[in-house]
Parts: sequence; C-alpha cells; structure tokens
Amino acid sequence: MIQLVNIHKTFGKVKALQGVNLHVRPGSIHGIIGENGAGKSTLMKILTGFIARTSGSILLDGREVALKTPEAARKLGIGMLYQEPLDFPKLSVLDNFMAAAADTNPQRQAEIITRLSNKFGFTLNPSSRQGKLTVGERQQVELMRLIRDQCRILILDEPTTGISGEQQKLLFGTLRRLRDEGKAIILVSHKLAEIHSLCDRVTILRHGKPAGEQEKPFNEEQLLQAMFAALPTRSSRPPRRTPGKPILTMEEVSTTAGRVGLDRINTTIHEGEIVGLAGLDGSGQSIFLQMAYGLLSPEQGRVSLPDADVEDVMRVFLPADRLGKGLIAGLTVREHQLLAGATPFFIHSGCGRDETKKAINTFSIIGTPDTMAEGLSGGNQQRLLLSLIPPQARLILLEHPTRGLDLQSGRWTWHYLRSHLPDNGAIIFASPELDDIMEQADRVLVFYNGAIILDRPTDQTGYREVSRAITGRV
Amino acid sequence: MMEISAAVFLAGIASSAAPLILAALGETLTEKAGVINLSLDGAILLSAMAGFVVAARTGSMVVGFAAAAGTGMLATLVLVVISIYLGQSQVAVGFALTFLCRDLAYFLGAPFARTAGPQLSIVPVPILADLPIIGPVFFQHSLIVYTSFIAIPLLWFFIYRTPQGLVLRCVGENPEACWARGIQPRKIQTIYTLLGGALIGLAGAAFSLAIKPGWGRPQGCEGMGWIALALVIFGGWHPLKVAFGAYLFGFLQMSGIFLQDIFPSIPAQIFQVAPFPLMIFTLVLVHLGRDNKGRKFFLLRLLSGDPPDALGKNYRQV
Amino acid sequence: MKSRSIQARAGAAILQSVPIILLATGTVCLLLFALDFSPIAIIRAMAAGSLTSWLKFSQLLSIWVPLLLCSCGLLFTFRAGLWNIGIEGQVVMGAIGATILLRMNPGFLPPPITIIAAMAAACIGGSLWGLLAGILKSRGGVNEIFGGLGLNFVAQGIILYLIFGPWKRAGIASMSGTDIFARNLWLPTPVGWRVAPAALITAIAVFILSRLFLNHTRFGLKVKAVGLNPEASRLFHIHADRYGLFAIMVGGALAGLAGGLQVTGVYHRLIPSISSGYGYLGLLVVMLANYKSLPVPLITLFFAWLAAGSIQLPIMLRIDSSLSGVIQGACVLSALLVHGLRTRRQG
Repeated sequence: MIQLVNIHKTFGKVKALQGVNLHVRPGSIHGIIGENGAGKSTLMKILTGFIARTSGSILLDGREVALKTPEAARKLGIGMLYQEPLDFPKLSVLDNFMAAAADTNPQRQAEIITRLSNKFGFTLNPSSRQGKLTVGERQQVELMRLIRDQCRILILDEPTTGISGEQQKLLFGTLRRLRDEGKAIILVSHKLAEIHSLCDRVTILRHGKPAGEQEKPFNEEQLLQAMFAALPTRSSRPPRRTPGKPILTMEEVSTTAGRVGLDRINTTIHEGEIVGLAGLDGSGQSIFLQMAYGLLSPEQGRVSLPDADVEDVMRVFLPADRLGKGLIAGLTVREHQLLAGATPFFIHSGCGRDETKKAINTFSIIGTPDTMAEGLSGGNQQRLLLSLIPPQARLILLEHPTRGLDLQSGRWTWHYLRSHLPDNGAIIFASPELDDIMEQADRVLVFYNGAIILDRPTDQTGYREVSRAITGRV
Repeated sequence: MMEISAAVFLAGIASSAAPLILAALGETLTEKAGVINLSLDGAILLSAMAGFVVAARTGSMVVGFAAAAGTGMLATLVLVVISIYLGQSQVAVGFALTFLCRDLAYFLGAPFARTAGPQLSIVPVPILADLPIIGPVFFQHSLIVYTSFIAIPLLWFFIYRTPQGLVLRCVGENPEACWARGIQPRKIQTIYTLLGGALIGLAGAAFSLAIKPGWGRPQGCEGMGWIALALVIFGGWHPLKVAFGAYLFGFLQMSGIFLQDIFPSIPAQIFQVAPFPLMIFTLVLVHLGRDNKGRKFFLLRLLSGDPPDALGKNYRQV
Repeated sequence: MKSRSIQARAGAAILQSVPIILLATGTVCLLLFALDFSPIAIIRAMAAGSLTSWLKFSQLLSIWVPLLLCSCGLLFTFRAGLWNIGIEGQVVMGAIGATILLRMNPGFLPPPITIIAAMAAACIGGSLWGLLAGILKSRGGVNEIFGGLGLNFVAQGIILYLIFGPWKRAGIASMSGTDIFARNLWLPTPVGWRVAPAALITAIAVFILSRLFLNHTRFGLKVKAVGLNPEASRLFHIHADRYGLFAIMVGGALAGLAGGLQVTGVYHRLIPSISSGYGYLGLLVVMLANYKSLPVPLITLFFAWLAAGSIQLPIMLRIDSSLSGVIQGACVLSALLVHGLRTRRQG
C-alpha cells in the first residue's frame, strides 16, 4: 500500500535518515523498532507531512505522492497517533472528536462516538473534558477520530507508554480488528513484547539507517543485536571504586510528573559510585535526576542526602536540553563562567577572562570568551557545561553526557569526570547509549514505565540482560 | 417617580456599556484564537475619529460605522503582519500600536475637533418600547445599543456552538494539533484578529457617533480600551462573563453620575475617574478569589475561566 | 571574535538602525505629504521651538530628565524579562511619596535635607508600587502586564482622591492640583533655566550607575540570566523570583524618583497628570533601543526634542502637537518590523 524508497533527511549537517526503505502492506501491522535517536520519529514526521524529506520517494498505491503538509497526508488517508497526545485538553471529548472534521453535527458525531466505542469496547462520555481523561482514553478518542476519517494508514508512536494494562489489551484488540478490516498499521515501539504479539513484520533502524527486517515469527536475539549494534570490547574499563557511605537515598518515591512519573523508587547511591540509568527516553530517568537535584519534590516518599555536609552547591545537574535548560542563551561563555564561579561584585571587561580562556583550552571548547552560548555547537555546549562544574561538587547528575560528542571527546569527558570526582562523590548519569553505561558505570539501574526493574553492578550483568530489561523483559 | 429613575438608570447602563461590550467581545474573539491585541485603546480612539469624520462628511451613519470598522481592521493588520507573520512579540507590537493609533487619531482628527457632527438617533422598538420599565431599559435605544445586545448571545453561539467557533477555540488552545489536523493556524488567527479589529472599530464609532457624540481631545473614550482588555482577561475569555463585566462597569459609571447629583460638593472628576480603579480592584479580587478552593468563593469561581493555552505565543509554522 | 569596543558596537548599531530610520521617516513624510504639510517646515518649527536658545533647550532637558529616569528603570525590568507596564503608577506613587514629605515640611530640618528625604520617599513609593505588581505576579498569578495596568488605574484613583480630598487647595479643590509648596522646598533652578541642575545631574548619574550596575556587576549579570532563562538560572543557584522582584523594585524606585523630581523640580505641587505619560513613553524608548542601555540617552533626547518641539506646532503651523507621538510610534513599529524581517531572513 505505502512504500518508502531510499528516504534521506538531513538537518543542517546532521544526517537523521540515510537510505531508509519501508514497504507496508494493507491488512498488516508493521513494526518499527530502534534505540533513541535511531530516526523513528523523523521517519514518522515525514510520513505525516510535518517535515519534508530531503530526498527519496514515497509511493501510495504505486503513485508517487508529495506529502508536504499534514493536510496533504490527511487527504491521502494517513493518520497518526502521537506519543504525546496532540489534542485539546480543555475542550470536551466531543469537541476534540469534531475538531476539523468534515461533518460537525454534534448529534451525528456523538452517535459515531457511541457506535465506535461499542464496537471496540471503549467507555467514553462525549461531554467529559479531554484533559480529565487518562492518556489511554485520550488515545482512544484520537484513534476513533482517525477511523471516522477513514484513514487507510494508521501510524502509532509508542502507543502503550503510560497506559494501563487493561487499556493496552483494548488497544491491541482494536488494532488487530482494524488490520483484519484491511488497514495498514505502522507501530513504532521499543517493547519487544508488543512487537511479538502484534506485528506481522518489523523493520529495525539504527542511527538513521535500516538495520534489518524480519517476518513473523521473530528471532529476539537477532532483533536485539540489530537494535543495539555489535557488542564492543571492554578493554579500557577503569577499575571500580569501593562504594563508601550513602550520599543519596530515595524511599518509596512516587510522582506523576512527566510522561510516566516515578513508581515507588527505593534506592541508595553511595560515595564513589558511578551509576548509569538505562531505559528508553521518558521512562523516568529524567524525573529521577531532577528529583535527586531537588528541582522536583516527590508526591509520596522521601528523597534525602544522608551526609549533612553535602550542601546545595555540591549538587550539579547537567540536563539533556543543554541550551534550553542548562545554559542561558544570550549570555557569553565568559558570563557563564562568571555566574558559576566566585565572582567579585564589580565585573570589568577583563574579569574572568583568563579563567575562561583556561577553561576553553582545558575543555577544548571551540569558541572565544565572547561567544554566545547559542553560538556553540552541541558538543561545545556540553564542554562548557562540564567546565562549569565546581571543584567541590560531590553529587554530579548528568543527562546524556556524551550526546553530540565524537568518540574521542566522549572518552575525554569521562576521563575528566572520573579524575575530578572526589573520593566521597558520586556520579549518576542517564544515557541512551548502552555502550556508555556498560563501559562507564559501576552500577546500572534500568527504568521501565517509571519503575526501576533492574539494579545490578555492571560487572555482574551484560548487554543481553540490560537490553532485555529496557524492552520490559526481566 | 422612583420607578422612572430606576428605569433611566438601567437604560443608562445598557447604553453606556454598549461600546465597551463591542470592544471587549472583539478582543475576546481575537484572544480565543490565541492572539493578544494590546492595541485596542488606541484603535478605539482612531476609529472613533474616523467614524465621526466620515459620518460628518458623508452624512451617512452607515458609511461612518463602516469606515470605523475598516479603520479598526487596518490597525490590527499591523499586528497581524509584524506578530503573527514576522514573529515579533504581540505585547510589544500591540503596545506601540496603541500609542501610534492614539496620537494618529488626535493628529488627523485635529481639524475636526469640536465641530458639529451627527448623532445616532433613538429607534424605539414598536409596542415593546411602551412596556413599563422593560420598555425604556431595553427597547428605547439607538441601533448600536441593540447591536450590542444581540452581539452577546450571537458571539457566545458562534464560539461555542458552531464548527467555525470550534476551530477558533482549537487554534487558541493548540495550534500544533490544528496543523496536524490540516488547519492553518496562522490563517485562522489572522481572520479573527481582523474580525476583532472590526468590532473594536465599531466600538470606536459607537462612542463618537452615539454614546459620547463628537470628536475632540479628549474624546471621552480614553482608557476604555484598557478596561475592555481587563474585562476579557478577568472575564475568563467567556463572552457572557465579559459582557457581565461591561455592565458592571456601566453600573459604576452611572452610579457616579447619580451620586454626583446627590453630593454636589464632591468634584465631578472623582466620579468620572473612580469607576476605573474600582473596576480593576473588583476584577483583581475576582481573579485572586479564583485560586482559592474554599466554598465561600463559589460565586467568584463561577465567574472564572482559563486563558487559551497558546495565548500570546506566535505559532511558527514549518 | 575579539571583544568589540564600544565604538565598534555603536557603529554596528547605527548601521543597523539605518533601515529603521528610513522606514519611519518615509512613512511619516508620506503621511505629511498626503495632508499637504511640509516636513521641512515642521522640522524648522520644532527646532526653533526647542533648540534656538538655552531657555528652550533647557525646557527640552526638563522632559529628558523624567523620561531618562523611567527608561533606566525599565532597563532593569526588561533585563529581568518583565513587562513593567505599571510604571505609570510607580511614577504617580513616587510623586505622592515626595509630596507627603514636602507637605509635612518638618521645620527643624534644613530645606535641602527635606528635599533629599522627599526624593528618598519618592523612590520608596515607586518601588513599593512595583513590588505590589511583582507580588501579584509571583504569588497571585496575575500577569505583570494586567496587574501593572490595574495598579496604574488605582494609583490614578489615589492621586485624585488626595488632590480632591485631604490635600485639596484652600478654598476649592480642582484639577490644577494641590497648593504650591514653600519656595525653599523647590529644587533650585537658576534664572534662565527651565530644568533644575540637580535633577539633570541626578538623571545622568542614574543612567551611568544603571548601566554600570546592569553590565558590570554580578547582580546585573544574575538579573540578566533570570530574564533570559529562569529555568537554567536555578541550576546556577539563582532564585528567579527574588531577582525579578528586585528588578521591579529598582525599576519602581527610578520611576518614583522621576515622579518626585516632577513634583519638587517642575510643578512645585502635586497635579493629577503628574506622570505626563513619561512611563509609557519610556516603554517605547526601551523597545526602540532594542532593550539595550547604550542608545537610551540618545533616544530619550530625540523623544524629548519631539515632545518639546511639537508644542510650537499648533502656534506656528496650525498642526496638532500629537504629531510627535505619531513619529515616536512609527519609529518603534518600524523597528519591530525591521527586526521581524531580519529574523525571518536569517531563518
């Protein structure tokens, strides 16, 4: 039905997709799996007309289509269920259902809702407020809307994240039914269980390139290997430090912040430990780090720093969104140094210049003291953030520490972090790169749906166990 | 005797609130689409001038009101271009625009200041106008006051009961979701910003041709735009609540006029200006009461509402 | 990229403003031609009305002083990312604060001390009014634009109440204001001057100190950080709310000072329209300066010239004085339009 041939997409210098092919047949569910940043969401945005492809062709029923706007995709019968519900929380279910519909007769549309709800076993009240519904129910509304609009191609992006088991069962039933009615369904997921129970065929993406394709029944070993690349050698792994006293403890910590929240987290981080947080993006790692830093407070449970000597300034957090949340766009490199360091009241133009130059050299930042933060490349922004870590830091929290860095700078970053971490300090980092975690961490915590489902010293586990845990299998 | 004065009092509220209602409803329409038009105080004045001058020159009220509506749209077009399409801050553009419009009104209108001009005549509704109390309050007004009466339910119906109104609310809530559904958010925003501008223009003409007839410096409608703006915010972006606020302001103004007769020793200026701070004070109280979850604030919560989620943020269409 | 000198930056800024000036002048000239007015004659009249003698120029400076003070105050609030539309109310409350002390006129204090105390009271009045808007925002969730706007009306109500109530003139209360203060409480103004030298010096000093503070102190840097990215500021251990309140209080204090100087230096009494719209005009100035401090003295001077010069227009050319406001508004909108086109072209 729909065929993608040799799709390329570049953002500036970044190659997001390189030569992706996809062929989805009517009456089938086609899975697309891959790690974070494998290019799944870029591919879906191209399919729905949100962004334009750089090159390659898309054929619908054998005819080439342009797909320049979402409107065009909609007219061709392509509909998507977004991971974050793209709806109108303040409006009623009925209004959400009717928005931009061809027919907007409230009675008729309410009848359609009832009819479709009955068909698929949903229980939705057309007059309740969309924002009051659970994520799963919001999804159901969207799904019914796409069905009403006679979408022939349905794309679902991580549809089971954050929904209950009951809703998942309903969703799967609905999807199977739609497949049997002849629709083409594309399922983007990282959960192997889902792929197994739903898909007829699966395409694996890695770093923007196709990394394999399988027909049902799937070989799980091969899928994992295609997703996470070859197992690297573990030659340069530095010796593990002996854990000391507890530095951070979480007891029964729960929250509803973020996509999946946190679900009864119990853990203790010790001095000297380097802890890696694994899991798919948005499984709770980021909330965990923000909680550890004190940016968020738990709704239930307790976060504490047992060592009273750990002051506020000894906690450091380097967020993944470097320019949006870590650095201040509009300030120069030197001004960042001045904000982070011990600065005299009066700042003259020479103030902090030497220190900044030194930092630029030490951290090989490509830029001058007067370069604005937004003028630095992603990797250099990370180096700047690293250079701002005060020497007395004892609890260093990092989100995606080596993202955007080349191999060498990545190694250098870790070397720097390790050599500057005091004996009574600890590092907790979240990383989408399993290699990073297996190589650098002493201990790995795997997050799945807001809970820690695996907690092991890295030398007592392996890629297999961790990658299975990431996909929800323990 | 009491009966008559009560009727006069209520009729006064109904007519003096008319332009405020038109302006505030126009702004409601614009803000529902996620655009904040801060220029209305100046735009009202500019269209008041345009309406007055054109009506005086052509001798036609219809042409005068049309000219005012056109002027209002023209003023908001500046906001559409610089903010919606060029991405500059809506607040900054609207603020600069309101002062430009105000001074442009005085500048262009200077030759016509204190000249004779037409005034919209009262058109009593047959039969209904003779009813006791209700007659004078509702059915002995000029056409623009009737327009304001009709505009309230009409706008409510449009926003909450029509497909176009649904699209309008959707754009104000989540332009990206609209884009995903094949709606062009910026086009919708442009339409309703201009439509709001037209209503603001009508409000201006309602001042200069009916409620405070004449042109001069000051015209007498200065500050009304800011009140209208506040009414929209604190009226919870709901046309009925916004209109209620406008009548409340009309009540304060009429009370001023009545009290002035009772206390001749207090200078007139106090009564003219007092409604403004009193109104704002009331609105802020309502707003603060809204956050309180206590039951005693139930009435206040009834008056409250949330802003459109995308209000004031320019949508960057890819 | 080397650190650029002030001259180089000023040069670049001037170059950047060429299209803005052309656009604004072009539009205004077109308007004037359409109305059959001669722009040259207007410029001549305005120059004659404001630049031909020291007396006239000092009249211009007397407008420059409050405008510069308000603009400096706004530099602080804009730097902290706040739209301080409540500045008009802050000017009014400053004027009221000063009047309270000047009316008390404690005899045991030498008059200069009373004046200085009155100016301090003006700063306090303005900054408390600013703080109120700030608290409404951080505690009450009222956006500073609407809170400030509301407080402007409230301040206007208070000043009218005072002038027509407790502070009314002996005999009859009127819009002309309170009784005139004792002469020794006027800010000394030499013969042939229209502006008090002390006010002039204060304004210049405030500008220099504001610039120094905003650009060359740790505090100023933190205010800037909060304005640019409150979320990231937290990771630098900066309390965004606290710095926001601080900025709006400083802004209010400077606006209040402007009000106080109007009372003791210009009108020698409290009048209902004491702010003369300088607060709002200041907002236009800082917007036109693209929120930077360096161009502010020049732009305020230009705006003051327009305001002072336009007073002559009705007399000499039968043109309404509001032309000055038209030019000011056209400048700011041209600047916004040019900025918009520039950012669009860049991406």
